[in-house]
Amino acid sequence: MKRVGVFVCHCGTNIAASVDCAQVAQNAQNFPGVAYATDYKYMCSEPGQELIKKAIKEHKLDRIVVASCSPRMHEPTFRRCIEGAGLNGYMLEMANIREHCSWVHPDDKERATQKSTELARMAVAKVLNNTPLEKSQIPVTKRALVIGGGIAGIQAAIDIANAGHKVDIVEKEPSIGGKMAQIDKTFPTLDCSACILTPKMVEAANHPNITLITYSEVEKVEGYVGNFDVTIRKKARSVDMNKCTGCGLCSEKCPSRVPSEFEMGMTTRKSIYTPFPQAIPNKPVIDRENCRYFKLGKCKVCERVCPAGAIDYTQEDELVTERYGAIVVATGFDLFDYSVYGEYGYGKYPDVITGLHFERLINASGPTMGKIKRPSDGKEPKNVVFIKCVGSRDEAKGKAYCSKTCCMYTAKHATLVREKIKDSNVYVFYMDVRTPGKGYEEFYTRTTDQYGAIYIRGRVSKIYQKGEKLIVKGADTLLGKQVEVEADMVVLATAMVAQPDAAKLAQMIGISYDQDNFYTEAHPKLAPVETHTAGVYLAGACQGPKDIPESVAQASGAAAKVCALLSKDEMATEPIISQVNEAICAGCGMCIPICPYKALELKTIQERVQGKTIERKVASVNSGLCQGCGACTVACRSSALNLKHFTNEQILAEVDALCL
Amino acid sequence: MSVKETASNWEPKILVFACNWCTYAGADLAGLSRLQYPPNIRILRVPCSGRVNPQFVLRAFQRGVDGVLVAGCHPGDCHYVTGNYFTRRRYLLMQRLLEYVGLDPERFQARWISGSEGPKFQEVVTKLTEDIKALGPNRKLRDAQ
Amino acid sequence: MKYAYYPGCSLSSTGIEYDLSTRAVAKALGIDLWEIPEWNCCGSSSAHLTDHLLALALPARNMAIAEAEGLDVVIPCAACYVRSKAVEVEVKESPEMQKTISEVIEREYTGKAKARALLDVFANDLDLNNVSALVNKPLQDLKVACYYGCLLVRPTKLGFDDAEDPQSMDKLMQALGGTPVQWSFKTECCGASRSLDKTQVGLTMIERILSAAKEAGADCIATACPLCMSNLDMRQGQAGAKSGQTYNLPVFYFTELMGLALGLNPQELGVNKHFVDTSAVVKKVVEGKGRRETA
Repeated sequence: MKRVGVFVCHCGTNIAASVDCAQVAQNAQNFPGVAYATDYKYMCSEPGQELIKKAIKEHKLDRIVVASCSPRMHEPTFRRCIEGAGLNGYMLEMANIREHCSWVHPDDKERATQKSTELARMAVAKVLNNTPLEKSQIPVTKRALVIGGGIAGIQAAIDIANAGHKVDIVEKEPSIGGKMAQIDKTFPTLDCSACILTPKMVEAANHPNITLITYSEVEKVEGYVGNFDVTIRKKARSVDMNKCTGCGLCSEKCPSRVPSEFEMGMTTRKSIYTPFPQAIPNKPVIDRENCRYFKLGKCKVCERVCPAGAIDYTQEDELVTERYGAIVVATGFDLFDYSVYGEYGYGKYPDVITGLHFERLINASGPTMGKIKRPSDGKEPKNVVFIKCVGSRDEAKGKAYCSKTCCMYTAKHATLVREKIKDSNVYVFYMDVRTPGKGYEEFYTRTTDQYGAIYIRGRVSKIYQKGEKLIVKGADTLLGKQVEVEADMVVLATAMVAQPDAAKLAQMIGISYDQDNFYTEAHPKLAPVETHTAGVYLAGACQGPKDIPESVAQASGAAAKVCALLSKDEMATEPIISQVNEAICAGCGMCIPICPYKALELKTIQERVQGKTIERKVASVNSGLCQGCGACTVACRSSALNLKHFTNEQILAEVDALCL
Repeated sequence: MSVKETASNWEPKILVFACNWCTYAGADLAGLSRLQYPPNIRILRVPCSGRVNPQFVLRAFQRGVDGVLVAGCHPGDCHYVTGNYFTRRRYLLMQRLLEYVGLDPERFQARWISGSEGPKFQEVVTKLTEDIKALGPNRKLRDAQ
Repeated sequence: MKYAYYPGCSLSSTGIEYDLSTRAVAKALGIDLWEIPEWNCCGSSSAHLTDHLLALALPARNMAIAEAEGLDVVIPCAACYVRSKAVEVEVKESPEMQKTISEVIEREYTGKAKARALLDVFANDLDLNNVSALVNKPLQDLKVACYYGCLLVRPTKLGFDDAEDPQSMDKLMQALGGTPVQWSFKTECCGASRSLDKTQVGLTMIERILSAAKEAGADCIATACPLCMSNLDMRQGQAGAKSGQTYNLPVFYFTELMGLALGLNPQELGVNKHFVDTSAVVKKVVEGKGRRETA
């Protein structure tokens, strides 16, 4: 016997001024299924809630309608209230007669009261079809995966590990460190980047809860929050990590040289190599594509000279599958390929370089031992031109967005040139100067005032070679003149773009990305480190261009979210999910591609039909993944899929009740 | 059953399917901002505009509702990522069907109203009420008394 | 291969060599050029500074005549080319404009007849291997600075080659046995008509191009536009006088060089009509080694 209780709130005068609440309650008494109806001044208050609880007991009510404010406001309040009286929290419906009625129809009491009555009737019709729902529990694996071993990934891993959980960092390069390892000094303090990064790298390497899985890539991600099954490909290093002591003799003796990726191609590395001196793990890998043994079958010098016998040419890639409760994606960024700009020489001029090239030039362990030299002839440049927004803020040939970091690192570079080359002239062609961080504006002001860098507001229309010099033709829009600089070197601040395999990885994990292949956060303002996929979090530049302090902050934020998830042995899942009526499901699978969370799949069930046991496929909802949108229910041709708490019957009852 | 048909004081009844994350929030905001609009609409909350089955719409018209509005998040902003894309497709098909069947297709509308667009909610509802009023009571699909 | 031919006003006056050499080379290559009967001025810069519709209608009339014959239009002058291309693109993109223009010129033009730059046709429509085969006076590795000017490559929507480093003329010169030089002024403005009304500005632009060509080691400059030719050739002396330099850099239409390489009579090509003496280069090619007699 269904017995509905209807409680109409005055909300002080918020509702009562425009709606005759007593009348609504009176009308409600005549609705089918209503056993008790009343009105009260403040339903959400303590006495108001007591009123409800008392009425439930006295009138043996088994489902409640509260006609008051928006459920987005007080649904949890009243759910807890009726749970306190022994009812299931989902046996509650609310009729919004405040935001949707009294507040918007203040001058027509008759029609507002009529509308409130109808809204209450709709709610009653719905609640009559409600069923008690229980949150289900799924186990949580207390282990996190961090994809990407740059500063963001390292920070996230350290924070999660310090909270007591196990973390694996998967990094595709032979060493962790990311782009920050290539940077020389960091703005605005001009701290040495390696000096602040390496302690964190060491901490991650030595932490008992962190496992580094370098020279490896994620190949497959299956499962769901709390239980991700991730397949990782550990690429063959050709070096036995247990035997190798990191002595470096193999690299010393290796005869095969190739351009060094770490040094941006400005010098060479060997085919057996560690990417940089502070690499962690400090053990080499063999680049099989260039190694003479793997290409031509000759050489084997490294094997001969290795005192530990650690070289193993027979090593093969290893595929491992591990289970994780949460994933943090911290895969970082790449730089825009500026060779699309014919204006800047299509990448053909050796003395036109990018900001990252410049970092390697000024770095003491870089290709020129920290001396700024022209790549073409090794001479020290006197006139250095910096061009900002190359590929950023350019809808025609590049990206529409601003890359956030370039104004600051260009000011940094300008400062360093002026510092290192006393009689240098530094020109920065800019559209704007953006200095949004702590100490950033002051840093920029010092660059111009103290260090004498000349900032020219205008774009560069062409760079061409004239003898040894590069002629840079631009405009000074503040003076209204054309400007030509005879430069010795030109540094381009190229846009930060997503990694080339960003889209592929996102599809693998099941997270969304935008038109620039940056990963999409759950809410741009209030949820910047979560994704719409439960259990997957974002940290660092893979989510959008940002500098080091922001990456670190995001990493810690993501770590906090992960810790919240992993702090429980089990997690509750919202019961407002789809359910399949297996009796009428035909197993057509139409619903599967509809779900953005991959929460639907086909499973095989056994049934007895006419005395025989047969197997057939039906749809199956993963309660951990389903977010309860109901899009699949509409696609189902046989109406086998229904959304709990918003079932077809419930909604149709509301529609019917409206039209009486 | 449904609509009172006195010519002079007939008021249309309009059902609005509002998605919980955007439109319902937008309607709440309209209320918070005390923006007024005609009292002809009745909001039915759904988790996503993608939950709205065209059969619900048909049922509403059968029961004598004069106009139906399905409203959700802007394309690209759906809380459930893709729900509103399905809404969009279903809406277009449903319009064609209604037209074919002979019901004024303008009685069925779809709009994108975000949680911050209180004034837009007010505008849409006010205009819709006027438009439906101009169309007169829904007689074509209403179940026989 | 048959094309409608639109010489344009300059080719009967200051650019006469361009017309002579184009016709001679086309004949030698077996390309049939049907001159559009009673063609009108394309309007060039004057029309498009005055009125948008006028600027489109003028070239549209010529294009419409060709379209009625089912032919694409090959256009030597860069300015005529870019104006004709502009109307071709406009009528294709705007059905409204297409109707208006057709009404105004009292002919139907739908954009089916395409405007083609002469350089584009010679460099890209022909198989350059066939052209090389026809060369019997190769250019003797003549160092040619290929100067495209601005109107062939900009606006990029209307151009047919890369706007920063185009290659069509370069590969054509190579096919003729010449050596195109690498230089950075291929598409820099020559000053256009500034040499008339703001002569100082014009001369500055001309000077830079000539200096850059000289620095790049060029023996001559090849061009594809009568105004560029006029600026670089006719005003070479004036530009040099400014800085006390003599450039001695003969400027050719690329079709003149083609004609020389194909063994045609230099007089018929108009190479004797230039301001800067071309005889040294002509002699080098005509008397050069490796020449084959025509069959």
